Amino acid sequence: MTITARTTSETAPHHSSLRYAARDVVTLARRNLLALIRVPTALVFMVIQPVMFVLLFRYIFQALGAFTHGDYVNFLVPGILVQTTIFGAVGTAIGLAEDLQRGLIERFKALPMARMAVLAGRTLADSLRNVIVLVIITGVGFLVGFRPHGGFFDYIAACLVMLLFAYCLSWGFAFVGLAAPNSETAQAMTFPLIFPLTFASTIFIPLLDLPRWLQGFANNQPVSETTTAVRALMTGTPAGNSIWVSLIWSVGLVAVLAPLAVNQFRKIA
Amino acid sequence: MSEFSVEATDIVRTFNNGEFRALDGVSLQVPTGQVFGLLGPNGSGKTTMVRILSTVLAPTEGRAIVAGYDVVKHPGHVRRSIGLAGQFAAVDENLTGFENLRMVGFLNHMERSRAIARSRQLLVDFGLADFAHKLTSTYSGGMRRRLDLAAALVADPPILFLDEPTTGLDPQSRQDLWAIIEGLVEGGTTVLLTTQYLEEADRLCKQLVVLDHGKIIAEGTSSQLKSSLGNTVLVLTFASTGDAQQTLGLIADISAKPANVDGTVIELTVDKGPASAAEALRRIDSSEVVLAGLQLREPSLDDVFLNLTGHKAEDDVAVVEEKLSRRARRKAKAKV
Repeated sequence: MTITARTTSETAPHHSSLRYAARDVVTLARRNLLALIRVPTALVFMVIQPVMFVLLFRYIFQALGAFTHGDYVNFLVPGILVQTTIFGAVGTAIGLAEDLQRGLIERFKALPMARMAVLAGRTLADSLRNVIVLVIITGVGFLVGFRPHGGFFDYIAACLVMLLFAYCLSWGFAFVGLAAPNSETAQAMTFPLIFPLTFASTIFIPLLDLPRWLQGFANNQPVSETTTAVRALMTGTPAGNSIWVSLIWSVGLVAVLAPLAVNQFRKIA
Repeated sequence: MSEFSVEATDIVRTFNNGEFRALDGVSLQVPTGQVFGLLGPNGSGKTTMVRILSTVLAPTEGRAIVAGYDVVKHPGHVRRSIGLAGQFAAVDENLTGFENLRMVGFLNHMERSRAIARSRQLLVDFGLADFAHKLTSTYSGGMRRRLDLAAALVADPPILFLDEPTTGLDPQSRQDLWAIIEGLVEGGTTVLLTTQYLEEADRLCKQLVVLDHGKIIAEGTSSQLKSSLGNTVLVLTFASTGDAQQTLGLIADISAKPANVDGTVIELTVDKGPASAAEALRRIDSSEVVLAGLQLREPSLDDVFLNLTGHKAEDDVAVVEEKLSRRARRKAKAKV
């Protein structure tokens, strides 16, 4: 066995530059997106659940006559979109926990790459996956009667608001993935975080139809604000200050959660 | 390149807030251009040492210089000079072999065209060309290990850390990997290799240290370690364990080294093989016991280890398992 001779005579590249950091992020984001194509079951699973929710709530819930504020489809679909992007963060936690479990994080840590690229590449890829899911669920929404009133650019703005929010929140789930002993536990750990945020919110039901004891929480938590903002941009309901509040929440969350995740990444080995 | 590629001084690493000392003052010097062995059973601290030297884990105390740079102060410089192949073949199962190597090339900040050319070349060198565009989830254990090693070589690092590169491999795959490592060293690479297989250290390593419970208990060349033990091992086989036990009392004083009894076999390390064998035969002959077999052989590193620690290299797992760090336990799980 002969191994090809060493050829490192050329000058070493400048590893610390921002350009290389950006390239590292792209390399890892691309790697994570490739996994999406190679193991499409994950994507299918991500799409099936919201589709079931749309069908269930659109037909069963409405048949119960529980919604008395007009057209439920237009109320429901923006909420489901928000919920789906947030659920995408579970994938962030599982993905990082798997990388850790398989020793890939250890390999990355011994490479001269930018440290933040592992987390940035993961969260970026998960955001791009969310874009795909948004397109699919929007299509399903159209099939069952969803008719957004706003223009195309309002729709894009709505998508950007929720993608940004989900992205910022996913740093918290990156922390969970790196702190969990394995991917199964990581997944289990995300549920107590995700369920109160998405179900004790205005995603499915208007605030005043929620039980009174829940209203205080539901009215002041970021998922409700983001939902209100998205709904307003898509269907023309009153936005109030929800768009700004959602954006401020996003910035605040990432400011707290990203250092938490980065610190956990440094700690683990 | 200086005389030593790796110099570690008094490395201490504790886990669980100091409760468990994985490494307890380890110093070693790895000469440039050869294979240096870190030998020890599970939980002896080998993997922790490799993690520290490869900048993955910070030492609690002590100082390590790799390729001329301090691992704590200048980890970036160290990372540009090393390749790491871990214990559990860290390849991305959702990528092909080629994609795995190319990714590592990009993350080493190689030029795109060079990363691709190098990846292709390595796949050929490692006999993986036919599987270059197959997902690594379809690879066998031996193929994965070769790909993992290839990934460590993408950037042509002058120093290579191999953490138990052949653990769990079949004999043929192990031989293949040994040949690859020998080829690398011929090409000038410095290799630090951990193993719990004494045969492996014997075959590959010019110099080695023996680790047990985070401390170095012996160091030197393989032959130095063996000769420190006496020249020959006298192996006596009996028909029953009772006979073996009975004979032990008769012949124990032939050597200053303790005898090892394993069922019906007694192994005794002696200085003068033939004379000791004759003496043992005389004593056994005058007893009731019937000897089933007698053999003289060169001592193996197994004998060294037994002699140094009082236990065999591979039977220490249960004791150490509970002491493993959280991370190590997680990895153990992943392996199962």
